[in-house]
Amino acid sequence: MSAAEEIVTEAPAVEAVPKRAMTLGYGTSLVVLAALILIPLFVKNFIIFQMTMLLIYALAVMALNILTGGSGQFSLGQSAFYAVGAYTSAILMEHAGMNYALTLPIAGIVCFGFGFLFGQPALRLSGVYLALATFALATAMPQLLKLGYFEHWTGGVQGLVVTKPDAPFGLPMSQDMWLYYFTLAVSIGIYLASVNLLRSRSGRAFMAIRDNEIAASAMGVDVALYKTLAFGVSAGITGVAGGLGAIAVQFVAPDGYTIQLAISLFLGMVVGGVGWLPGSIVGSAFIIFVPNIAEGISKGLSGAVFGVLLFLVIFLVPHGARQIAIIAQQLAAKLKKN
Amino acid sequence: MELFANQVLAGIATGAIYACMALAVVMIYQAIDHLNFAQGEMAMFSTFVSWQLMQWGVPYWGAFVLTVAFSFAAGIVIERLLFKPLAKAPILTNVAGFIALYAIINSVAGLIWDFTIKQYPTPFGSSPFLGSQLISTHQAGMIGITLLMLALLFFFFRFTRVGLAMRAAASLPESARLVGINTSWMIALGWGMASAIGSIAGMMIAPVVFLEPNMMLGVLIYGFAAAVLGGLTSPFGAVMGGFLVGIFENLVGTYIPGVGNELKLPIALALIIVVLVVKPAGLFGRAIVKRV
Repeated sequence: MSAAEEIVTEAPAVEAVPKRAMTLGYGTSLVVLAALILIPLFVKNFIIFQMTMLLIYALAVMALNILTGGSGQFSLGQSAFYAVGAYTSAILMEHAGMNYALTLPIAGIVCFGFGFLFGQPALRLSGVYLALATFALATAMPQLLKLGYFEHWTGGVQGLVVTKPDAPFGLPMSQDMWLYYFTLAVSIGIYLASVNLLRSRSGRAFMAIRDNEIAASAMGVDVALYKTLAFGVSAGITGVAGGLGAIAVQFVAPDGYTIQLAISLFLGMVVGGVGWLPGSIVGSAFIIFVPNIAEGISKGLSGAVFGVLLFLVIFLVPHGARQIAIIAQQLAAKLKKN
Repeated sequence: MELFANQVLAGIATGAIYACMALAVVMIYQAIDHLNFAQGEMAMFSTFVSWQLMQWGVPYWGAFVLTVAFSFAAGIVIERLLFKPLAKAPILTNVAGFIALYAIINSVAGLIWDFTIKQYPTPFGSSPFLGSQLISTHQAGMIGITLLMLALLFFFFRFTRVGLAMRAAASLPESARLVGINTSWMIALGWGMASAIGSIAGMMIAPVVFLEPNMMLGVLIYGFAAAVLGGLTSPFGAVMGGFLVGIFENLVGTYIPGVGNELKLPIALALIIVVLVVKPAGLFGRAIVKRV
């Protein structure tokens, strides 16, 4: 057996997405934004809550997208970062009495640090090995959170109850609606920052590493630094999403952040299209609504329906929502011509 | 010292579970270069099939043989239908496929056999083995079966035509094709064998952890840890890794206070990360040199 294996012909871990194809056009963005601002004015509180969760998961999916679509690294462990963010916010609010809005940047920073540190050993790993290590991280997280040592802060198995904030300045809004607009503002801010990040020097470095690590290092990209940085940024955004999630659900408990969550986020990314940031919201809608629909089709088989749908996506539209968007665009262009 | 020896013995007994699973993990890794995240679920499903056969009155060993044959065929069918078209796709797509398979099998098993915990029989009995309280006859039998499988695999890969062809197809697919090996079918065969080994692992593990659709999650993580420790390229290493992980787990639980059952998974995590960082090829694996 030869110990040397050809790497040249090997399929890359992630397919390359050109930088320009990563975002939406100006006009489309404004339409989506208008829809997101206006819809809550006309629907019930429960739907507003679901839309809040949609935005929160979209943030988490986008964070994974930056890591995988941007720098070509896998993670099946995003639920761990999400959990750390959620717990950071919850603990600061409940034990330190801090304002909810202030806890989010702290959750982001804590998770950035955690992700950056986890990125250090992850540096040595690629492809399946990285998927494996992060998979183990996600399965281990609930047990770590239940640990007796931290019980004073984390509430152990019972978890913590978080108070939902009221609308400030006496605005005539329900709590749900205020939280929705708050989440929307945070999401837009993070989305813009992420788009800019990917367009910047660092973003180009991420993509160079994704497409060819050796070539990137030959061009002077500090591979180790940028890979860990991608992990840190991704974990940081996921942490903010986790903090928002804790506030929205008003509750954190270890069993809310199992491997299932990590898998959902991963699926959301695949469905939304790897490397296409706006697809995150499509992916997020998939992971929130499809299990409900699947439950409607057959109660016991929801997992199976979910898996079958995923296979359909892989086989029919391997680039996820991005592919559908491109097809739609081409159709529209054809119609215009006629 | 008495305590130490006893704990090592108990560790070997638990380690046999992980060794079984690690063997299946390494098998599939050899064939397709990916870790199959649905491996545990496939094993669980096979175990349920054997349980069902026994419920219908088939004797243990009859059910055993039928289940292994069924799993072998099912592994090949899954590869042909679902994963062959993905052979050229990026790793990411494959991982997504494994996860989809995981969800489907778990859900279908839950639907057919529901989520209540079931007893599973053992052919070896469960009396103390050779008068020792720490290791039962079942565990001894499990260790024996694992070692037997390992020996069979060794002979298969070393001395049979098909085994050699499989190794060739896995290490240098292009050259293997040039000498007339059907590499695509070798991969299918790898899936079938991994699935069959997984089913044996499942049937050996079920009397210990009890039968239910989620029985494999913890075992799979430890199986991964064992495979990584022993080296993903070496079936022998995987089995040794399994025993070492079992021993390690028991010793840590005994000698480090505050580390009990609740830290089981974090220990596996720490182990995986430490091994991957310090010695990525594992103890018995061969380091792969990449040519650019």
